[in-house]
Amino acid sequence: MRMTGAEAIIESLKNENVDVVFGYPGGAVLTLYDALYQADFRHILTKHEQGSVHAADGYARATGKVGVVIATSGPGATNLITGIATAYMDSIPLVAITGQVSVPLIGRDSFQEADIRGITTPITKHNYLVKKVEDLPGALKEAFHIARTGRPGPVVVDIAKDVFAASFDYQYPNEVKLRGYRPMCEGDSGMIDKVFAEMKLARKPLIFVGGGVNLSDSSEELKALIEQSGFPVISTLMGLGCVPNEHPQFLGMVGMHGTYAANMATTECDLLIGIGVRFDDRVTGLLSEFAAKAKIIHFDIDPAEINKNVLAHLRVVGDMRWSIPALSQQVKNVSADLTEQVRPWLEKVRNWHQEKPLTYEQGSDVVMPQAVVEKVSQLTQGDAVIVTDVGQHQMWVAQFYGFKNPRSLLTSGGLGTMGYGLPAALGAQCSLPDRPVILFVGDGGIMMNCQELAAVAEYNFPVKVLIFNNQCLGMVAQWQRMFYGGRYSHTSLKGSTTDFVKLAEAMGVAGLRVTKPEELEKVLEQALAIPGPVVVDIRIPEVLDVLPMVPAGACLDQMMMGGTEE
Amino acid sequence: MKHTLAVLVENKPGVLTHISGLISRRAFNIESIAAGYTEEPDTTRITIVVEGNEIEQEQVVNQLSKLIDVIKISDLTAVESIQRELALIKVKASAATRSDIINIVEIFRASIVDVNRETMVIELSGDETKIDALCQVLEDDHGIIEIVRTGKIALSRGPVPAKDQ
Repeated sequence: MRMTGAEAIIESLKNENVDVVFGYPGGAVLTLYDALYQADFRHILTKHEQGSVHAADGYARATGKVGVVIATSGPGATNLITGIATAYMDSIPLVAITGQVSVPLIGRDSFQEADIRGITTPITKHNYLVKKVEDLPGALKEAFHIARTGRPGPVVVDIAKDVFAASFDYQYPNEVKLRGYRPMCEGDSGMIDKVFAEMKLARKPLIFVGGGVNLSDSSEELKALIEQSGFPVISTLMGLGCVPNEHPQFLGMVGMHGTYAANMATTECDLLIGIGVRFDDRVTGLLSEFAAKAKIIHFDIDPAEINKNVLAHLRVVGDMRWSIPALSQQVKNVSADLTEQVRPWLEKVRNWHQEKPLTYEQGSDVVMPQAVVEKVSQLTQGDAVIVTDVGQHQMWVAQFYGFKNPRSLLTSGGLGTMGYGLPAALGAQCSLPDRPVILFVGDGGIMMNCQELAAVAEYNFPVKVLIFNNQCLGMVAQWQRMFYGGRYSHTSLKGSTTDFVKLAEAMGVAGLRVTKPEELEKVLEQALAIPGPVVVDIRIPEVLDVLPMVPAGACLDQMMMGGTEE
Repeated sequence: MKHTLAVLVENKPGVLTHISGLISRRAFNIESIAAGYTEEPDTTRITIVVEGNEIEQEQVVNQLSKLIDVIKISDLTAVESIQRELALIKVKASAATRSDIINIVEIFRASIVDVNRETMVIELSGDETKIDALCQVLEDDHGIIEIVRTGKIALSRGPVPAKDQ
C-alpha cells in the first residue's frame, strides 16, 4: 500500500498491537505528529521528554508490553537518555522513536542535530538510524522483536526527517531475519539434571530470585518449585512480588538493606540457586565472601550474565518459562524427601527471621515512614501497583510494603534514577486505569520531574503521590552521617520554600498534608477515596536511617542492625 | 593468555562502533583489532586479539555475542591456525645505506615497495615477533620514520570455515 514513512510508522505500531505512545513533538517529528493526528492514535503528552520515556517504562513494567516513546531530534532525543539507561539497566522493553535531521543535513552540526545512535549505543540493546524509507518497516519490526524477546531491553529507532515524508509501497514484514540474534528459549536439559542432583545433596539450600522472574512472568512456576522443594527463598529488590511476602519460606530481600535472615542465610547456605539475578554489588556486598560456603547455580536467559560477577558452579541458560518448570518436573517426584531433608535448615532460617525481623522505632509524636508504608499496605491489602523513586523511601517500601503480586513494584533498581517515580506512575496508571497506583517519593526526587503533576492532572490519572518529606536528601545524608563524619554537604533541604500542597493545587492536583501520626490513617483514606490524582505531603523525621545496612563492600553478615534491638 | 577471536558480523554501518564501544565500556583488554569484508559481501570478519584469563575471555565472547549484528564468534586459539600481520615500514635510506637495507629485507623475506632519495618503504607480512625483529634491526641500524601495522588476522587450517565451527 502506498503511504508516507510517517503513516507507515502508525501502521507498524498497530501491527505490533501498540495502544498508546508517550511523547513530545518537535521539528524533526512534525510529519509523524501530523500522521498521529490524522490517525487519531492515542498519544500521551508529558511535560518533558524525560517524563515520556519514564512513562513508557512504567507502562512496560506494569503490563509486560513494549513501551513506546517518541521525541524529536537533538535535545528531544538527548532528554530520553536517562530514561533509556534506566530501562537498559533493568531490562525493560522499550522502543524509542526519535526524529533525526534530514539526510542531507546529517553530520553538518545542523540545528537540533545530535548523533543519537552514537550516544545510545552503550545503553540500548540495539539501535537503528533509518535514512531510507524502504528500510523503515524492517527496522521497526526488528526493534519490537529485539525489545521484547530474550532478555528484554530498550531499542532506539532514529529516523531522518525526510524519511517521514517520503512515499513508498508499505508492507510490514511477517518475520524478522537476524543472523546474529537468536534468543535462547530452551537450554541444555542435561544441566537441569545436574541442578537436581545438587539439590538432593544440599542440606542448607537457598533459592535466590530476581527481576528475571518478574520479567518472564514465571512467578506461578517459581511458586510451585519453591513449595515442592521446601527450600527457603530470598529476593533482590527487582524480584519482590514474585514470591508473596507472607509465604512461609520467604525470608525477604537480601543485600545492603536486606533482612537479617536473608543475609545470614546467604552467608551460611551450602547451595545457592540464583534465578534471574545478576549478582549486583548492592546484593553481594564483598564479592569474595558472598555465599562463600555455597555451590552457586545460576539460571539466566543471558549467557553473558554467567560468571560476570560471581563464578557459577552450574549454569542453566535459557528462558525461565522453560527452565523453572523443567526443574520442577523432577523435583516434584521427590518433594517429600527434599522437604524433610531441609526442614532443620528451614526452621533455623525462619527462627532468624522471627528473632530479628525488620523493625523500627515507633514514634509517638512523629510520623514514621515505615508506618506509612505499612498503613498503605493495609489499606490496599498489599494489592496496589507501587511505584517508587530512589532513596530511603524506596528501601522502606521494599522492606515494609509486603508485596503479594508480580509486577507490582515499579522501581529503578539498576540505575537508581531519581525523578523516575512520578512519570513511571503516570505510565503505569495509563495502562491500568482501574488499579490503584501509588507513588512513594522523597521531597528531593519529586522535584526532579514534578512538572508531570500537570500531565497527571490533565489526563486525570488517579495516581496517589505520597511524598516522604524529611527536608533532606535522606539516603545521601544517611551516608554522610555514617561515613562522612556527619558533614551534611548540600543534603539539607531545610531552606526549601516549596509548599507541596500548593504545588499540587497549582497544577490541578488535590493536595493533602500529614504532620501528626494520628492524622495518617484518615488522610490516607481520604486520598485513596478521591477519584483523581492526589499529592500527600507527609512530614517525617529528618534523622532516620534505613536499617539493617551492610556498608558498601562489607560482608553480608556484617549488618548494622540499629533499631530497638541494641 | 592471548586469545585470537574470529568475529563474523553484519556488513552494516555502525557495527564497528557497537563493537569498539562495547570493548571500551566493559574495559576489555584488546591487543589488536582488524576488520575487512569476506567471501560473503554482507559479512565482515573482525579478528580480535584479547588478553586475559579464561573467565575474562568468556566474558568478551559472551558480551560480543549479545550484539545483534554479531553473527558468530570462533576462538582460533583453540584450533590450528595461521596468523599473520602486515606492516609497512618507512626507513631512512641514503645511497650509501641502501644495499645494507636490501640485505636485511632479503633475510626477512620482506619486500621494498617504494624508494626515494632519503627513504625506503618496506612491506613485511608475518607473525608479530618477526615484524618486531625487523623493526628492531631497522631502527637500530638505520632509523625508522614511521610504521603502520594492520593488527593480526587469522584463519584456521583445514576445511571448516569459522562460520561453521
